[in-house]
Amino acid sequence: MFARIIPIVVKEFIELERDKWARFRLIVPTLVQMLVFGYAATYEVYHVSTIVLDLDHSQESRELMSRFSFSNRFDVKVAQSQREVTRAINGGDAAVALVVHAGFAELLRKGQNAPLQVIVDGTNSNTALIALGYVNTIAAGFAQDYGSQLAESTLGVRGMRQVRVTLEQRPWFNEDLNGQWFFVPGLIGTLTLVIIVNLTAFAIVREREVGTLEQIMVSPIRPAELIFGKTVPFFLIGLGEVALIVAVARLWFQVPFVGSPLVLFIGSSLFLLSTLALGLFISTLCYTQQQAFSMNFFVLNPFFILSGFSFPISSMPQVLQWMTYANPLRYYLVVIRGTFLKGVGFSVLWPELTAMAALAATLLVASILRFRKSLE
Amino acid sequence: MKLRRLKAIAVKEVLQIWRDPRSLMIALLLPFTQMFLFGYGVNLDLKHLPVCTFDREGSQLSQDLFKHFQASQYFAIARNVTSYADVVAAIDHGTCSFAIVVPPDFSERLNDTGAASVQAIVDATDDNTANIAYGYAAAVVGDYSSTVQIRWQDRQGRALQQIQPLVVQSRVWFNEDLESRNFIIPGLVAMIMALVGAQLTSLTISREWERGTMELLVSTPVQPNEVMFGKLAPYLILGWVDAAFCLALAALWFGVPFRGTLFALFVTTSLFLVVVLSIGYLLSVVIRSQVGASQIALLVTMLPTTLLSGYIFPIDQMPKALQTITYLIYSRYYVSIVKDLFLKGSSLAELSTPILFLVVYATAVMVLAARAFRKRLD
Repeated sequence: MFARIIPIVVKEFIELERDKWARFRLIVPTLVQMLVFGYAATYEVYHVSTIVLDLDHSQESRELMSRFSFSNRFDVKVAQSQREVTRAINGGDAAVALVVHAGFAELLRKGQNAPLQVIVDGTNSNTALIALGYVNTIAAGFAQDYGSQLAESTLGVRGMRQVRVTLEQRPWFNEDLNGQWFFVPGLIGTLTLVIIVNLTAFAIVREREVGTLEQIMVSPIRPAELIFGKTVPFFLIGLGEVALIVAVARLWFQVPFVGSPLVLFIGSSLFLLSTLALGLFISTLCYTQQQAFSMNFFVLNPFFILSGFSFPISSMPQVLQWMTYANPLRYYLVVIRGTFLKGVGFSVLWPELTAMAALAATLLVASILRFRKSLE
Repeated sequence: MKLRRLKAIAVKEVLQIWRDPRSLMIALLLPFTQMFLFGYGVNLDLKHLPVCTFDREGSQLSQDLFKHFQASQYFAIARNVTSYADVVAAIDHGTCSFAIVVPPDFSERLNDTGAASVQAIVDATDDNTANIAYGYAAAVVGDYSSTVQIRWQDRQGRALQQIQPLVVQSRVWFNEDLESRNFIIPGLVAMIMALVGAQLTSLTISREWERGTMELLVSTPVQPNEVMFGKLAPYLILGWVDAAFCLALAALWFGVPFRGTLFALFVTTSLFLVVVLSIGYLLSVVIRSQVGASQIALLVTMLPTTLLSGYIFPIDQMPKALQTITYLIYSRYYVSIVKDLFLKGSSLAELSTPILFLVVYATAVMVLAARAFRKRLD
């Protein structure tokens, strides 16, 4: 049996070796996509364009505004009139506006609610929400400092005590809330998914289109051996891709890897098996490369969206959440992030690994059955 | 350029579309499925985040705090644990991505010093969710803090001086409820049209080459410009149908507020369609193979439009070098136009800059395509 599988493996590698474009396609788009994703895909919010209008011109208002200027979250520009503020927000030149009205300091000194008016362009709700959070943090810091100062200086500490409960933030696994740490490891899953499904589907459809599949069928090779021989090279290529992306993530983007490489290796192998099966399955549905191409597009898009790669699964409607359970990428991403950032092992990740193994087995059996039928 | 010849090409193309149900299906089915998939699947709003509580004190005060969290629509208390190891396990397993730990001396500290803190542990692997959760949690705790303050004052039995010197009065414009769907779905329309439009026309000329009908076309008196406009016209109509369909879904099904004028929407959408269709046509002329052209069309539309158009990831947060590149991404202009039309209700005059860029883009691509198409068979 091996005597017949090995020549097919060798043949596939020779084909790949002769096809300079194939090698180019395996490496260059991966690197380009990693760079673009790594730098463009971020929900982090820094340097929010901010316009401030200080109509009070007091020491207090200047102190408050300077807290915003000194924060690297806000890029502050000064406005002279209310109309200028409105225009900046309407025209998209500023995403946040801070307005202090006349009489602000007076209210502050009396200890009454002195308003800081904040206008936020909510068009991008995510950015707006995060920016508002930073505004509130800075304002709360000011309020606290000013409040205790006021209490001490004018009214005496006793009897004026403030009671307050604060929240201590303890972000685990990603202390600086670095967006690259979230996106870049995830690319291992999405990029290998596309590459391997495409390679597998096209390799078989091409043979079918060119007519060499029939030649192979008249040779003594059995269908199972053919499938095996065809998928082994892609499996190895897939592992190579995973290694490439892990290397770029570690060395270029400096994403920490605190878990066990063995767990990642096993997870990657199971995931690659399910992507191979998927490619095989698509190849049985298509007769031309053009068809395989549109098919891939239809099939792969839901895999991305419903994986948690970029959009949290918990925010999806229930029906879509159920659908994610049939998606191997969903489990693989948990394994990737678990090994890279959380450092958890088999004891935590076994449900994901088992689910991937089950999915891979089901997909493989289904596509092998279909593939054999499509040969007849 | 003769209208008669242009019309002949257009009629031929219409027949070809009509008799190729597969392409027609892509044109009509793809927008439909993508609108629903992305419309429901792509959501950044945080709701009912599972929270794990670890109450090391077990007092009335700590229970009140948890009630505040339970009452918030952003959090849902999923489990109450009794040891720190359980907190670690819950976060590790991902059963909860947020944990609140109340220290054993919480009430005591609050009574003695007036200041106490609770710990919020969050699984920050997803930094964005973590960040937003902190924002909401800070609001919940702030709210709780003032309740405690008021109760404390009442117990003291005297009206104390106002304790909150500064209040933040925030108002959100354009997307008042801060719903992510309101900005994602208009951008999604742009993305779908960029994708489908370029796919459709990427096949037009390469098909002639592959099927050998190019010889026939070359032997007719038709001019390159007539071929281009004749081929693009039917797809423009198809594009209008797609666009109308997607935009209607956005406004009526997904309920995104539309505050602009239909006229401005029509003008800008047509302009964007022209850009997208001519890019597909240009690829088709240059590449000459259907698979190649449609793959390149997907490559040049999909990734740049998703990542660099400002559809989800804000352009002004990218590194400067990438920001410069985004000016080459034609979807960027339409994404900002559609968002502004929907949410801000901008007028054509206010949108003049992106419109100008689209006009320049359309002209440049068409000139390139017209030059690339030669009536030769080599």
